[in-house]
Amino acid sequence: MKKSVFLGALTVAGIAAGGVFAGTLDDVKARGKLNCGVTTGVAGFAVPDANGEWDGFDVGVCRAVAAAVFGDPTAVEFVPTTGKTRFTALASGEIDMLARNTTWTFSRDVDLKFDFVGVNYYDGQGFMVPTALGVTSAKELDGATVCIQTGTTTELNLADFFRANGISYEPVPIETNAEGQQQYLAGACDTYTTDASGLAATRATFESPDDHVLLPEIISKEPLGPLVRHGDNEWGDIVRWSLNALISAEELGVTSANIGEMSAGTNNPEINRLLGTEGNLGEMLGLSADWAKNAIAAGGNYAELFERNIGENTPIGLSRGLNAQWTDGGLLYSPPFR
Amino acid sequence: MTTLTDPPKESFRLSMLIYDTRYRSMTIQVVALIGFLIAIGWLISNTANNLAELGKEPSFGFLWEPAGYDINQRLLDYNSQSPHIRAAVIGLMNTLVVAVLGCITATVLGVTIGVLRLSKNWIIARLMTIYVESFRNVPVLLWIVFAMAIITETLPQPKDFRGEDAIATMKLGDSVAITNRGVYIPEPLFSSGIGDVSVFNDAFEVSLDLMAILALLGASLVISGLIKKRADQIQAATGVRPTTWYARLGVIVIPMAILLYVLGFHLGYPELKGFNFTGGTHLRNSLIALWLALSLYTAAFIAEIVRAGILAISKGQTEAASALGLRPSRTMNLVILPQALRVIIPPLISNYLNLTKNSSLAIAVGYMDLTGTLMGITLNQTGRELETVLLGMLVYLTISLSISMVMNWYNNSVKLRER
Repeated sequence: MKKSVFLGALTVAGIAAGGVFAGTLDDVKARGKLNCGVTTGVAGFAVPDANGEWDGFDVGVCRAVAAAVFGDPTAVEFVPTTGKTRFTALASGEIDMLARNTTWTFSRDVDLKFDFVGVNYYDGQGFMVPTALGVTSAKELDGATVCIQTGTTTELNLADFFRANGISYEPVPIETNAEGQQQYLAGACDTYTTDASGLAATRATFESPDDHVLLPEIISKEPLGPLVRHGDNEWGDIVRWSLNALISAEELGVTSANIGEMSAGTNNPEINRLLGTEGNLGEMLGLSADWAKNAIAAGGNYAELFERNIGENTPIGLSRGLNAQWTDGGLLYSPPFR
Repeated sequence: MTTLTDPPKESFRLSMLIYDTRYRSMTIQVVALIGFLIAIGWLISNTANNLAELGKEPSFGFLWEPAGYDINQRLLDYNSQSPHIRAAVIGLMNTLVVAVLGCITATVLGVTIGVLRLSKNWIIARLMTIYVESFRNVPVLLWIVFAMAIITETLPQPKDFRGEDAIATMKLGDSVAITNRGVYIPEPLFSSGIGDVSVFNDAFEVSLDLMAILALLGASLVISGLIKKRADQIQAATGVRPTTWYARLGVIVIPMAILLYVLGFHLGYPELKGFNFTGGTHLRNSLIALWLALSLYTAAFIAEIVRAGILAISKGQTEAASALGLRPSRTMNLVILPQALRVIIPPLISNYLNLTKNSSLAIAVGYMDLTGTLMGITLNQTGRELETVLLGMLVYLTISLSISMVMNWYNNSVKLRER
């Protein structure tokens, strides 16, 4: 028995650590599709629709990368991951990239050996409470029972927030967003805390969203972005610049509607470089010249993705806020395509 | 004259390793062993190489860094600044709590159901059959999730206890509150306790009150045992057994009552304050769900083991016992069960082990056991998959082997001694 357990352990470890991770691009091309890690289901960010097709804001990033590599936004295998399984999945090579509301932190970037390629949503941790509770500030939550997803940065922020304010709480650890929603609605916890965008998305799926409010405190910085394994810089560049292409496209006014017209050539050299009619940016990445055009055509530019999935006209109803272009007072700022 | 000829001396030839049946099995085993060792060596070197390539050298240093997260059910002092190793110990304690509670409940339930399933009463026997078949044929994870869902969805929330016309009320003279966040029961408190003492460089606080109570209880039990022994001797010598129950009871109850009075023992009752009940002992819904589901599930298996054990005892034993005039209940307790134990104990051990290992499903209901802390949150926050999982497996292995050892020792003490 001892032996078999030991052997099992090593097998797991061997699988977890198997393979050498250079040439992710070659692997992806050989496979014919991109393996992209997403959530197990957060409305607006990544959720399968009635036909089993994944859709959402994070899913849009996956599709853009697939389109940049293959010219085909459907060449993606979506791998649902939980807060606990996501890093192992990425480190082991089960997925090529992770686009899953993952907060960019020092230790994840440095110690866990991942590379965050950018930020696709600037978020912060908030609290949701039933209106009937009569709480107006997170500092009034002394002694409250708090539902919290395990294995997330929010878990650590929560501990820090309550410690810093000298108030106590009872954590109820949960595994997935769906579980958190069920526990919260059943009243097994007084408040549910996660990224404010996630709370808004969760609230939008409630029967009566108006019975619940988000408290004004945002207790942390949560820059959410796609990430890849450390050590394969070529692949990291592809994902980074696919994301930047979406952001730049909004800034330059390239949309999925006018992209056909613009890719015939414009007076703006940066648009031409972006869309591959000038220069050889695609070749430098090891992709075709129209890589960025495909990425943008897949689901539209950043603004289109945002408005269609989580924007103010969707049930989730998030405003651009920090996620507006730098020219509009937001934080989105893509380095130039040159 | 006869000449003795030595039998021809057989020289060892290499081919005999394959063609000679005396050596063949050994050859095969040696080859298999070498293959096995090579496979292990390959796995180890492959893991080490790949980890080195990822730049993640195996190291256990992270265990002494602050954990940063909170745990709701903790039997020892713990806060978010405690190191990961302490979080793992808290998790281990939680695993042990649910395993011990589960084993006890499962045994009591299992034995009762197993005996009842053999009942001559048709309805009772059939009901028990339904119980056994429904519980052991559905995966335990589903029972755990189901128990949790029942608790959170059907029981009242703490706020339902508030106000003039509250929907829910506390039970047992306002001393117990049953909510969907768990059950709050009165806790023992000592107004003039003798405090705690730190052991292992302040790693643990040991309550001296509890120690005093346990020591006194132990001493009382020993004295009570001596009284029984004396009664046995008198019975053996004279045939008349002196009545000793009051002395045996008194020797336990009276000193305990005095000690509790001296320590200022009283109960702390739960009270609705703010968002939750405070005071009292909080049995969390996750603990209750896990405990219930594990015990009910394992009880179904134990019931079958007990039934098999009883059926294994020859009918002649029952008949002989009734011929001696023993009532059916005494026949069961004094004749059948003690003999059946010999059949029951070995499979019972493996069910205890199963229950303990199944407790690692705790994360499904958010119970922070060893899997939830060390192999869950710690793994995730530090990214040390290999180290935490190996450590976790080592701990589970240790727990399982300890249970096996104790139960095997017990098995040896009850098994049939052949003379």
